[in-house]
Amino acid sequence: MLLMLLAASIPPFAQAHKSSDSYLNLRVAEGRLSGQWDIALRDLEPAIGLDENDDGVITWGELRARWPALDAYALARLRIDAGKGAVTMRVTEHLVDHHTDGAYAVIRFVADDYLGSDHLDLGYSLLFDLDPQHRGLLRLELPGGTQTVVFSPDHPSERFQLGQLRPLHQFFSFATEGVWHIWTGFDHILFLLALLLPAVFSRTEDQWIPAARFRPAVINVIRVVTAFTIAHSLTLSLATMGWVRLPSRWVESAVAASVVAAALNNLRPFFRERAWLVAFVFGLVHGFAFAGVLRDLGLEGGALARALVGFNLGVETGQLAIVSSFLPIAFALRTSWVYRRLTFQFGSAAIALVAAVWFTERAFDLKWLPF
Amino acid sequence: MRLKTRFTLAKTTPMETPGFSPLKGFRLGLILLVCGHPAICPSSLATAFVPKDDQTVLERLRSTAAPDALTVELRSLRRELSAEPDRLDLALRAARLYVGKNRSESDPRYLGYAQAVLARWWDLPQPPPPVLVMRATIRQSRHDFEGAENDLRQALAADRRNPQAWLTLATIQQVRGDYQEARKAALAVFRSADELVAVTCVALITSLNGEAAKSYALLSQAVEHNPRADVSVRLWSITGLAEIGARMGRIQEAETHYHQALALGPSDTYLLGSYADFLMDQGRPQEALPLLKEHTRADNLLLRLALAESQVRPQPASLAEHIRSLRDRFEAAKLRGDFVHQREEARFSLHLLHQPLEALRLATANWKVQREPADVRILLEAASAARDPAAAQPVVEWLRERHVEDVELAKLGASQQ
Repeated sequence: MLLMLLAASIPPFAQAHKSSDSYLNLRVAEGRLSGQWDIALRDLEPAIGLDENDDGVITWGELRARWPALDAYALARLRIDAGKGAVTMRVTEHLVDHHTDGAYAVIRFVADDYLGSDHLDLGYSLLFDLDPQHRGLLRLELPGGTQTVVFSPDHPSERFQLGQLRPLHQFFSFATEGVWHIWTGFDHILFLLALLLPAVFSRTEDQWIPAARFRPAVINVIRVVTAFTIAHSLTLSLATMGWVRLPSRWVESAVAASVVAAALNNLRPFFRERAWLVAFVFGLVHGFAFAGVLRDLGLEGGALARALVGFNLGVETGQLAIVSSFLPIAFALRTSWVYRRLTFQFGSAAIALVAAVWFTERAFDLKWLPF
Repeated sequence: MRLKTRFTLAKTTPMETPGFSPLKGFRLGLILLVCGHPAICPSSLATAFVPKDDQTVLERLRSTAAPDALTVELRSLRRELSAEPDRLDLALRAARLYVGKNRSESDPRYLGYAQAVLARWWDLPQPPPPVLVMRATIRQSRHDFEGAENDLRQALAADRRNPQAWLTLATIQQVRGDYQEARKAALAVFRSADELVAVTCVALITSLNGEAAKSYALLSQAVEHNPRADVSVRLWSITGLAEIGARMGRIQEAETHYHQALALGPSDTYLLGSYADFLMDQGRPQEALPLLKEHTRADNLLLRLALAESQVRPQPASLAEHIRSLRDRFEAAKLRGDFVHQREEARFSLHLLHQPLEALRLATANWKVQREPADVRILLEAASAARDPAAAQPVVEWLRERHVEDVELAKLGASQQ
């Protein structure tokens, strides 16, 4: 009867999420190929035996004794071919790590005979014979970006094109990324708009009055946008180079807060003539927000410099497009009711409200708005 | 705005924490600011370390020092199988033992091992019927219900009287909410199976299809008349009684049955999860805590533990760590392309992360695959929290058509009107 029951009583809802995975990180950088492979002790036990005294527990001493067997077993089941036959992997370090489902053996290795190539053929066959549900989770870091692949019995190999480093191409693609980021970065756009809305006014006492002439308005805008640009370029570079790191949640919340502040200032001014100073200070924060993208790509040296300059220029171009389309219209309409009440006052209030919601979402990790 | 990029990015995990009270959020923000510095908290690839001491325990394979009887038997089976790889009977026995271990320990690695011992027959165009049934059982556990059903029909085509195939088929159809089909399969079980097994199978289906009281009475009787039935069968039947009773609102009786079941199977993960849900529904989350504390390796029990902790006052300090753990586990499953856990993830999103839109998305995706009362419930709860009555409408209809009797679902359905 036991066997009958297995069928009926297996709870069809999800059980523990500890199917077998290994984590393989490979890195191609400056002509070198290196890697780190995390393999679960629970998987190695049935494969090569680790629990020497069979007491149900694997100790560091027991694992250490099996390193040679482990290295041989694992590396025999990973094939990396750079076009000249399989590379030879030399293990450089042995460590341990903990993932969600237990302890893993960590082997770090380099391929001494890798001399650079335009493609990599990877073949993975670890543990499939013992557990067809095992998956090899590969993360391959290349100069142009990082790729991830899941190896399975149905998908045991993959070819990766490394591509030539075409500097100009890279530059333009990052420039495009920069423009795209500014266009889709609603929070950055709203911040700019909030600062620009009053640019066609000038302040007297406690009032905004429409600026008399175009030139001062333009100069004002140039000051604000330049200050913003210098500030975010500064922090973008600092953060991308890795010299300063801030947690993304903090940064995103601060960006939202900056938008609230800028918008509220239009309604109840607390910083007056020095809009450019405010733009600078908050620009520092916005720069950190842009940095996340470039940092994740793991670029180095010349590639990083190109990416940074390209991306930055892209952001400026995008900003310029927004500002130059906004300014003439705003100036023309600056005396109208539509601009003063609707766009300026109501618009600022709306921006402040949206940004306040963003702030709450980001600070407390909620999700109310779809954008 | 979460930054998106056109390059394929590896999955990076920013340090995020779920929402709790604003003050905690602020304090956490300060901690995060400190921890964001790379010198203090290194990135994920740099968390590997070298232990100092040879005696450091890295992994506990089992709870006892000496291997238990099951482990010993499996070892000897595997030895015999490597000597005689064509012995289907040994392979089937090993597979059954692995599947049993999966059920009792909630560890899906065993399903992989079961598949591995059956490898010689798995990919045949016409595997032998017992292999088909085993394959169906494994597929069912992975929520490949269509694949499982196909396997079972193939097995039944070879042998109309295969009681195990009918039993598995009935279970799958019940999970999918195809109650008419499930009844037919359950009745086929009657012809060739032990009374208690057959009655339990039928009762669990009919109790969801308009005949709760009658099913309860019949099952009660069958349990009384079969005191010497196998312990695992009695455990299944009495857990069934508890759940049917709870659905009917017979709280006292459900409580009694849960205690009886716990006496038979104190570590059964399905039972523990079911009882924990019951306790939380009765407003007694504090009683669920001691029950689940030792079982955090099983994800569905860790979820219940975290839910119970979020409901007691004051909330224990371990809640934040449990939430982080659950989030990591769901991420790990997504990384390998597993989507069997959408019901649990929906509950997690709704009640622990307070993200009703995401919960609704998950619950709706889950609804396409399975339709047990728990699946209905999370969908209704998420739809209500997301203020999207349209999403709940088809489910409310579905409940009414099938005459599902469940006091908690009735409450939710009424509030949707």
